[in-house]
Amino acid sequence: MNEAEVVIIGAGPAGLSAAIQSARCGLRVTVLDEFMKPGGRLLGQLHEEKKGVWWNGIEEADRLYEDAVNSGVHIRLGTTVYHIEKENRWVTETSEGTWESRCLLLAAGAAETPLPISGWTLPGVMSIGAAQVMTNVHRVTPGNKGIIIGINPLTMAIARELQLAGVEIEGIYIPPYEKKFRQMETPEQILAGMQRMAHLAPSFLLRVGSRFLVNQWTRQKAIQFYPKKGLSVWGIPIHFDKTVTKIIGENEVKGGFISSINAEGIIKEEEQYRKEVDFVCISGGLYPLVELAAVAGCPFYLIPELGGHIPLHNQTMHTPVEGLFVAGNITGIESAKIAMVQGETAGLSMGKAVNGTSRDIEEKLHQSVQNEKRIRAEALIQFHPEVKKGREKMHELWQNYVKESAAAKE
Amino acid sequence: MNRITDHPVLGRTEKKCIEFFLDDTKMTARSGETIAAALLANNIRTLRYHEASGSPRGIYCNIGHCFECRVEVDGKTGVRACMTEVCSGMRVYRQQQLPRPFQEGGRER
Ligand SMILES: Cc1cc2nc3c(=O)[nH]c(=O)nc-3n(C[C@H](O)[C@H](O)[C@H](O)COP(=O)(O)OP(=O)(O)OC[C@H]3O[C@@H](n4cnc5c(N)ncnc54)[C@H](O)[C@@H]3O)c2cc1C
Repeated sequence: MNEAEVVIIGAGPAGLSAAIQSARCGLRVTVLDEFMKPGGRLLGQLHEEKKGVWWNGIEEADRLYEDAVNSGVHIRLGTTVYHIEKENRWVTETSEGTWESRCLLLAAGAAETPLPISGWTLPGVMSIGAAQVMTNVHRVTPGNKGIIIGINPLTMAIARELQLAGVEIEGIYIPPYEKKFRQMETPEQILAGMQRMAHLAPSFLLRVGSRFLVNQWTRQKAIQFYPKKGLSVWGIPIHFDKTVTKIIGENEVKGGFISSINAEGIIKEEEQYRKEVDFVCISGGLYPLVELAAVAGCPFYLIPELGGHIPLHNQTMHTPVEGLFVAGNITGIESAKIAMVQGETAGLSMGKAVNGTSRDIEEKLHQSVQNEKRIRAEALIQFHPEVKKGREKMHELWQNYVKESAAAKE
Repeated sequence: MNRITDHPVLGRTEKKCIEFFLDDTKMTARSGETIAAALLANNIRTLRYHEASGSPRGIYCNIGHCFECRVEVDGKTGVRACMTEVCSGMRVYRQQQLPRPFQEGGRER
């Protein structure tokens, strides 16, 4: 049995940032991650924040890793966690043995929602994140020319990354609209969300005119009179009036069937054609990877603004379960900078849990919680336009929970 | 060639070449990459054939969540190609369609 004061599951931006803070509080910290490199989803990220200024996730990951190692953190890679349990202390079962700890931080990040489109099991069809990791982490292209299904901040950012690596993008399309999928949006709703992508798609918004996107009627008109060739961003055509109904190929992807649609997502049977490509990326959005929190017995709430079911937590990253903390995308889908500051808060909270309170730690915690709000307000990438509202909902739910459990005790 | 050796922002990479085997055929990989990346760089996209239907499957999520890329590595089955580092001399096998003697009343298909 291995032992530490703090075990952290996930070496992404949240987990590594937390590890650094806890270690600086003097705690013995072990970080577990199943991938062979530290950094989590940071590794694939490459965004131009301002002209010529790049957010290079690999550099960020290297910096965090170095800081963590220099602070005395133990990092175990290639280690998959498959069970956690609270006995006297937390017990974490992994592919490489068992760890025991006083505090446990879940920083497992997010996963991509699958979108089952006809033909999606063909080799050459992959999630958009898969293409990002292949291209930027492994430096292997997913193909020569591809179609992207799903118009959202992630596909816009990754389309640009693929283009930088010399991969041609035939176009970005709306997913086939299916009422039965709860979280699906109509083309009109997706267009409404374009405002949140202002940073990634400035030329698109300039052409459509963001003022036109404000009300439903003008949005419907915008789709009705949408240019047949699509409007382009960085030379990549974006099609708000078309979907991919079927991915074709026998043993590998050979192309896709494109169909025109109206603002409600209904397919126009008479306007269908075929495009030849050698890969297809699908994006159904991101959701928090929360299974371990469920195993630990943490209560959950469905908060769509945060990306799905979220483990109950407060602003200092405590859950109601003794010694269990959360940070990063497991608490809601946001960019890596938010994950980092949440990690710092969680690291400090664990320091406080083990060492007891002090003026210094309270001040740092207060500062870190404020930093999170500031970074959110300045964020260039936002996965959900109402994320702030989602965070406020969670805050209220926590307060109610505290009140109710206090009442139950009396 | 589908390797990005010179990237406009990320710069150049030069990594050591190593050899491994897919279904007993020799392939080259770069040290430090995953089995999935090495196979894609060799233009191989089919990582297994579905147990029941026999349809070809490749990577889907590439970050360990979906288990679509499971292969046999040095005798161990169900290994995720996207999470496992390729090593010199490694023997990787694609999973093949399995017999289904109890389906369709035990009759030959
Ligand atoms: C496919 C994908 C692409 C993304 N691209 C971008 C982008 O381009 N820009 C952006 O701003 N945001 C992006 N995001 C959002 C991203 O989640 C955040 O930016 C940030 O990386 C979240 O940090 P985190 O530390 O919470 O989790 P992550 O960075 O996801 O790190 C979690 C880590 O936990 C490990 N882990 C999970 N479960 C286990 C387990 N059971 N056992 C062991 N280890 C485990 C994982 O291997 C991973 O390394 C993306 C998310 C996904 C899923």
